Parts: sequence; C-alpha cells; structure tokens
Amino acid sequence: MKKSDQAILKVTDLHKQFDQTEVLKGIDLDVYPGEVIVIVGPSGCGKSTFLRCLNGLEPINSGRVELNGQVITAPGTDWSLIRQKIGMVFQNYELFPHLNVMDNILLGPTKVQGRKKSEAKAEAESWLERVDLLEKAQAYPRQLSGGQKQRVAIVRALCMSPEVMLFDEVTASLDPEMVREVLDVMLNLAKGGLTMLIVTHEMAFAKAVADRVIFMDQGYVIETNTPEAFFNNPNTERARKFLNIFQFEGVHKVQ
Amino acid sequence: MKLAFWGILMSAALGLICALIRYWKIPVLQRIIGMYIELARNTPLMIQLFFLYYGLPRLGLLLEGSTCAIVGLTFLGGAYMAEAYRGGLVAVSRSQIEIGLSIGLRPFQVLRYVVFPQALAVALPALTATSIFLIKETSVFSIVALKDLMYVAKDLLREGHSTESNLLLIVSYLAIILPVSLIFGYLERKVRFAGFGN
Repeated sequence: MKKSDQAILKVTDLHKQFDQTEVLKGIDLDVYPGEVIVIVGPSGCGKSTFLRCLNGLEPINSGRVELNGQVITAPGTDWSLIRQKIGMVFQNYELFPHLNVMDNILLGPTKVQGRKKSEAKAEAESWLERVDLLEKAQAYPRQLSGGQKQRVAIVRALCMSPEVMLFDEVTASLDPEMVREVLDVMLNLAKGGLTMLIVTHEMAFAKAVADRVIFMDQGYVIETNTPEAFFNNPNTERARKFLNIFQFEGVHKVQ
Repeated sequence: MKLAFWGILMSAALGLICALIRYWKIPVLQRIIGMYIELARNTPLMIQLFFLYYGLPRLGLLLEGSTCAIVGLTFLGGAYMAEAYRGGLVAVSRSQIEIGLSIGLRPFQVLRYVVFPQALAVALPALTATSIFLIKETSVFSIVALKDLMYVAKDLLREGHSTESNLLLIVSYLAIILPVSLIFGYLERKVRFAGFGN
C-alpha cells in the first residue's frame, strides 16, 4: 500500500439521513495520498451518497470530513474552494450541452480559478490528447458517444488539478465497449499516482485498480480489505453473498 | 412601435426577475409574484390601461399616456415572460447544476454559465410569442389617447374608406411584426444549434 503519514481525506463517524431514512450510519475512512480506493456494494447501500457528501452536494447530519487536516463539513465551508481540490465525475456523463468540448473543460479553470484561457487551453489539449480526444475539442456534446463524453467529463474535472478524484459509477450507463475506454483512462490515472475514490460495479476493474476495497451495505462499511483478499476470500459472509451475484454456475441442461 | 420596443425590453427584464424569484422559491416574494402573474394574465390590457390612465390620477398619480402604455405593457408582458423563463429554467436538469457546482462554480456562476444559456434556448419560442403579442396589444393604446395604427385607421374609417383602411391596417401590422418574427426565428436557430441533444 502506498502510504504516507498524513491522510489526505479523513472521514470520521459520518451520518447522513434523508427524511426518516438513515442512509449512512457512521462511516470512517482514511484516504492516503496516491491511494486508489474502490467502494462496492449493492444498490442503495449508500456508496453514491457517501461520495456526494465528500464534496458537499449532500449536507451531512453528523460526523466530519477533513481534507488535509482541515474540517470541511463545518458550517461556513467555502465549497467552491474545496471542490477545486476534490473533483467528481458522475454516472450521467453530462457535459454542458450548450458548450463545445473545449469550453466545457475551460469553464472551471477560467471562471473559478481565474486562469488565463491560453494557458488553461494548453493543459486541456494535453489532457485531451492523453484520452485520445484532441480532434474532438471543437465538437458539441451531442456529437459524441457516451464513452467520449465521459472521458471529456474526466478531463474537465482533472483540469481543475484536484488532489482527490471521486468517480461515481462512471461507466454504469455505458455500452460495454465504451466501458473499457473509460476504465483505461482511469487505470492510467491510477498509475500516475492520482488519489481516487471509485464507486463501481465493474468487479474485474476494481480488482485491477484498487489499493483497498471497501464493501458497504445498508449504510455501514462491512469490510475493508486488499483487492486480492476481498475478491478471493472475503472476511464477511455478506461480502461473500454479494460477490456471488457476479458468479454464474455452468448451465447443465436436463437431457 | 417605440412603446412596444420599450415594453418588450422591460417585460423581458421584469419577467426574468420574477422567474428567478419563483425559481429560487424566495419566501413571501414568490407568493407576491405568483399573485401578480395571475392578476396580470387574467385581466385585459384595456382594463389595466384604464386603471393607469383614469384610475391612478384619482389617487394623485398622474401618468402621461405613453408612460401608461409602457407600464401597462410591461405589467402584462412581464407576467407572460416570467412564465416563459420559468419554463426554461425548470427544464434544465438538477444534475447540470450539480456538475457546475462540482467543478467549483459558485451558485450564481452556475446560473449564469450553465443554467441560463440553456433555459434561454428553451424559453425563446415562448418569449417570441409574447413579444409579438405585445406589439399587437399596442392596438388598445388609442384608449389612452395615443396614436397607434388602430387609431389612425379609425379616423380613415370615419371618413368612409372602410375596406381599404382595414386592409391597410392588416398589412401595416404584418409589415411591422413579420420582420420581428423572422429575427426571433433566426435567434432561435442560433441558440438551438448549441442547445440540447444529450
């Protein structure tokens, strides 16, 4: 495990409820610089809500989140500043439909960070080249495939130079062949040492990319493990049951 | 024509303010705006003008005919435009706002760079319709002693040129409104080009 002394992100006893339903029932997690954490679990287990709490899209009920030692869940947090450090990519590969690819990417760096357009554009172009989309810089979102849009969305988040990236089921609404191109981009980011929290249902990908796997169910973290141990021999019965969903028995036809 | 121009411009401004107040659900104000919209849409412009021109002086407020006309048009048009804008605003999905926030934009920037351009594309046809409607409504200005087309035509009618003057009236309205309609149509296509299609 790539560990340094101080956690970049520290979550302590995080609780979140919607109306009467408690969705997160006390989550603890330390994320270290350069670490890739994959969060898996059945639908409705709270994993997406957890990510949304981390960058302030959902207010939390109790507990706290610290970024580099600074509590970011206290009242009066300047979320605009925090969100520049915690990037997020969503399931619905939504770009801004009225802006072309380049303007989608430049909106944050120029309007939020006040960077010069020419300088930000150079960075955007180098990222676009890395995800194989440089020739689409002037295209509008509706002219792109789902996989292309999602790669642009990733670049858009990266151009803010975040310290942590959150990926919320970013391949869940893509066709299988497009899933691969997006996952490859993420694998490369992981190799490059980016700190990432990934919620996904792609188990093979999780196994390949994760430094740590976190299994959530019904608002609790049930198991935290290495990917090898988790996928081959999980500690908990619930994780075992969950993983069985992804296994298929050979079909023996009755003669 | 000048009156219609100012009326449309001010309606667009008033409408936007009202729409934003309702969109953000600002307490109390949104109720007041709601009542205003119902009042403005459900009473005829002629009655509104009567009130401004003949009613207000009794309360000690004397408005010129042309001021009455602009205020009246704005009062009516603002309500329609507010609803048009609001339709556009609510058509922009919640996730667009979240994505805007997630890249660090402040709420007002999200409105300006993300929500508003998309809302405008959706609202534009309704805004066009309202603008044209407002130009036509200038025909009631004659009641506050302003010389609009109708007023001139009535004079001609009295002199006995009934069919000709009627025809002339229709042609004149067309001559004014068609170009406006075409300009808005062009604008719509322009905004649409970059518009929805996710």
